[in-house]
Amino acid sequence: MKRHIEAMKKSGISLAIFALISVLLVATTNSLTKPKILENQARMLLQALNEVLPASHYDNDLAASKIVLSPQKTGFTKETPVYLARKQGKPIAAIFEVTTLKGYSGAITLLIGIHSNSHTISGVRVVKHKETPGLGDKMETQKSDWVLSFNQKSLDNPDLSGWKVKKDGGDFDQFTGATITPRAIVNAVRSTLLFAQNNMQSLFQAHDFSPTPSGNRP
Amino acid sequence: MTESTLDDINITPKPEGGSCSTADCRKIVMDGLWHNNPGLVQLLGLCPLLAVTGNFINGLGLGIATIITLTASNTIISFTRHWVRKEIRIPYYVLVIASIVTVIDLSMYALTPELHHILGIFIPLIVTNCVIIGRAEAFASKNKISRAALDGFMMGLGFTLVLVVLGGMREFIGSGTLFSEASLMFGDIAKDWTFQINKDYRGFLLAILPPGAFLGMGLLIALKNIVDKK
Repeated sequence: MKRHIEAMKKSGISLAIFALISVLLVATTNSLTKPKILENQARMLLQALNEVLPASHYDNDLAASKIVLSPQKTGFTKETPVYLARKQGKPIAAIFEVTTLKGYSGAITLLIGIHSNSHTISGVRVVKHKETPGLGDKMETQKSDWVLSFNQKSLDNPDLSGWKVKKDGGDFDQFTGATITPRAIVNAVRSTLLFAQNNMQSLFQAHDFSPTPSGNRP
Repeated sequence: MTESTLDDINITPKPEGGSCSTADCRKIVMDGLWHNNPGLVQLLGLCPLLAVTGNFINGLGLGIATIITLTASNTIISFTRHWVRKEIRIPYYVLVIASIVTVIDLSMYALTPELHHILGIFIPLIVTNCVIIGRAEAFASKNKISRAALDGFMMGLGFTLVLVVLGGMREFIGSGTLFSEASLMFGDIAKDWTFQINKDYRGFLLAILPPGAFLGMGLLIALKNIVDKK
């Protein structure tokens, strides 16, 4: 009996030491890589935002002028971050990061840029999705130009009844063999446009253009 | 164990890499690549293997990440094999493998964000890959570092071969292309690498979907058995 307890003690202590070493190793790596990872994330975010709205169109720090809209306010299923673009203090466009659950498999996250005055679309990109490879993934710019068909569109062009896929009697192409994915995207873009139409001004007012102290990121 | 006697055969240590005799090295290499291939013979790590082989590049990505993890985990487990009591070896392996994978994941995120963007989803999958704990238990814990590292590398390479062959096969049949998205991994020089049989090829969806993974895998195993019989 005593021998067993002795063995258990030894095992327990050595396992604890190994665990401690592992934790130290992971913690050190984490603290060493964290600043670089944050920097990379910020750069990638900016890269994605610039695809929707070219960098020459605005001059403020997009990542710092982000507000998050609650689902109650927007009617979307998830929280919606919005990036407000300005040039010399004047509102230019708002970029909505909209998540829709109406896709074929799981959530689709879109970046939708909408000009603040004309309410036309500056660009739409899919940033995250799990749609069927080869069928539902044609909304990626590497695979097809479909998503570019939203550029310069607005609620007047086509009018509201046209904001559907062709199968539902609207103006937007679906992909061969996949209707659910384009339908989800077209619907999400339409709802975002509707939301932007009514709330664009209050969005920019709520977030004043003078650089906020919290916006001073290193 | 018979493995420990094998250790004593190696009398002439060389400074770098292989301190094992040529015949011995050769056996480890051939075991990893063919006779005891983790994908085709041991059938370990099927979950990530079947899940990511929708195309060639994804397969290659998971393969590279597996090679790194397997070599590192085998080396560390072999290095510490005298200090780990038998009773706690399994939790110890889990600890080592999880730490290595996390460290690799974080380092890649910091150093090669583009590559991490592609491989990011596969790296956590490696923790669930039983090839790694399997090699730790069956080989690394009983052999010296150089042999364990070689075994880890070769097993990883064998696994990678299955991944790219299956991935290439599924991509070729399923979408009629090869090396698509190579630029995501190799940068802009790889933009033109994509090979397409025919612009009008409509694709054969079954090959890309999960059933295609099982069918392709079955065919590969059958093919290996035929070659072995001859």
